Amino acid sequence: MDLLGLGSKVDIDFILDPLEQRKQVEVKLDDNNNKRSLQYIYYDGEDVGGSVQIKLKKNSKVEHQGIRLEFIGQIEMLNDRSTIHEFINLSKLLAFPGELTENTSIDFHFPSVEKPYESYIGINVKLRYFLRLTIIRRFTNTVAERDICVQQLSQYPEINNSIKMEVGIEDCLHIEFEYNKSKYHLKDVIVGKIYFLLVRIKIKHMEIAILKKESTGNGPNIYAETETIAKYEIMDGAPVRGESIPIRLFLGGYDLTPTMKDIQRKFSVRYFLNLVLVDEEERRYFKQQEIVLWRKQDKVKTKNSAKQYAHFEPPNPPIKPEDSAAGISGSGNSPVNGPSSSGNNSDSTSD
Amino acid sequence: MATIDADNRREIARLPTRPISLEDRYDPPANFLEIEILNPETHGFGNKRYTDYEIRMKTNLPVFRIKECSVRRRYSDFEWLRRELERDSKIVVPSLPSKAWKRQVPAFLRRDDGIFEDEFIEERRKGLEQFINKVAGHPLAQNERSLHVFLQDTTIDYDKYVPGKVRNS
Repeated sequence: MDLLGLGSKVDIDFILDPLEQRKQVEVKLDDNNNKRSLQYIYYDGEDVGGSVQIKLKKNSKVEHQGIRLEFIGQIEMLNDRSTIHEFINLSKLLAFPGELTENTSIDFHFPSVEKPYESYIGINVKLRYFLRLTIIRRFTNTVAERDICVQQLSQYPEINNSIKMEVGIEDCLHIEFEYNKSKYHLKDVIVGKIYFLLVRIKIKHMEIAILKKESTGNGPNIYAETETIAKYEIMDGAPVRGESIPIRLFLGGYDLTPTMKDIQRKFSVRYFLNLVLVDEEERRYFKQQEIVLWRKQDKVKTKNSAKQYAHFEPPNPPIKPEDSAAGISGSGNSPVNGPSSSGNNSDSTSD
Repeated sequence: MATIDADNRREIARLPTRPISLEDRYDPPANFLEIEILNPETHGFGNKRYTDYEIRMKTNLPVFRIKECSVRRRYSDFEWLRRELERDSKIVVPSLPSKAWKRQVPAFLRRDDGIFEDEFIEERRKGLEQFINKVAGHPLAQNERSLHVFLQDTTIDYDKYVPGKVRNS
């Protein structure tokens, strides 16, 4: 990042995972556009180490007043006055003032780095962790950054009550809704039901949506922005009193983050289930209910993990080459199984 | 294709539900409300003509005192209802079919019969039917006395009428 446009004389790269032991995740760099990049996943307390490779171009020499490496955790508010709040800054001097004459690789190691919050790229706020290498020069510094993705893992909550409530408009519409839990992990399933106690309006359909509410700022300056992560029709047609409509919503298919409450008193990210009933005149009746989302550690695949598939039929034995050719041409006559016609259509839309 | 056997995966099995009674399942639904606008008739002669329409209502909603009724109303009665609802209720009241000022130009300047043309009356009838169905089905409008007077009183007594709310009987 040679700001004076004199042409950068160096190429800087960070080697973080030489033995290929660390998982990577594709991260959306900006909430608005679709630029993505692969980032290594780190957890709280882990060391951050590796090496910095500095490659010189065209056999040039680089004089410098020191090479500094920082590990930074910061919150960026993306409003008019883009403010940056650093909550972690670890600094190491990798090299004393001197001269680089050839390609150089410098090892570094930050032990047991606290990473108290999960990385988050949002609508109006970003929380990111990154390494920043600075080659201090006379007129302008050469700076390179590499982002890492931090994930916060949680344990199964000790208490996880179901949500059950009766709501409605007096004398017009009374429903009882129930969701099986109040805290869901990111690959969980929301199982619930809607029971109709009184139906004096003409309902056309019912849908459930997952809303993400991101609030930034604190005190009197809170700004909240709501995004619809998913919308899912759960009922088509008019119900009568006494009917129950089931809900089964798999969260794994959606772009969700854990619930974040009051991070550094700067922002929160909360999730809500929005149950919406629409009547024949397009009037909408809705009930929002907050749910807590948390991140579970991924299952470690062991030899015994095949037991979880025991209820499926065993796979067919491998077919010989001549049979496989016949199988492909013969499948033209077999009926195609479309998506299950239980009437659930899943849309991922951001309104 | 193997289907998911929910019994083996209790964590995604449906929540237990109460069975629905036969009465609830097969009785007429509790939301029955039908309003039709029919039989437009033009009364009077020459300059003093006006058109009114029959409003036939059938319902089983408890908020309406009479379950089957028929009244005659003219366009200005609809305008009155709309004004009352806009002022007293919190709803966004849908619009009426247009006032058709152009058609009210004096007869000798027009080639046709203005607002008494059959085509125009039919268009207006449809618009009024849409309007009244939208309004009468709104839970908040159902609490306004003006709506009940409009739909169920034989004539609207503008002198005696006092705005107010209606609760379920």
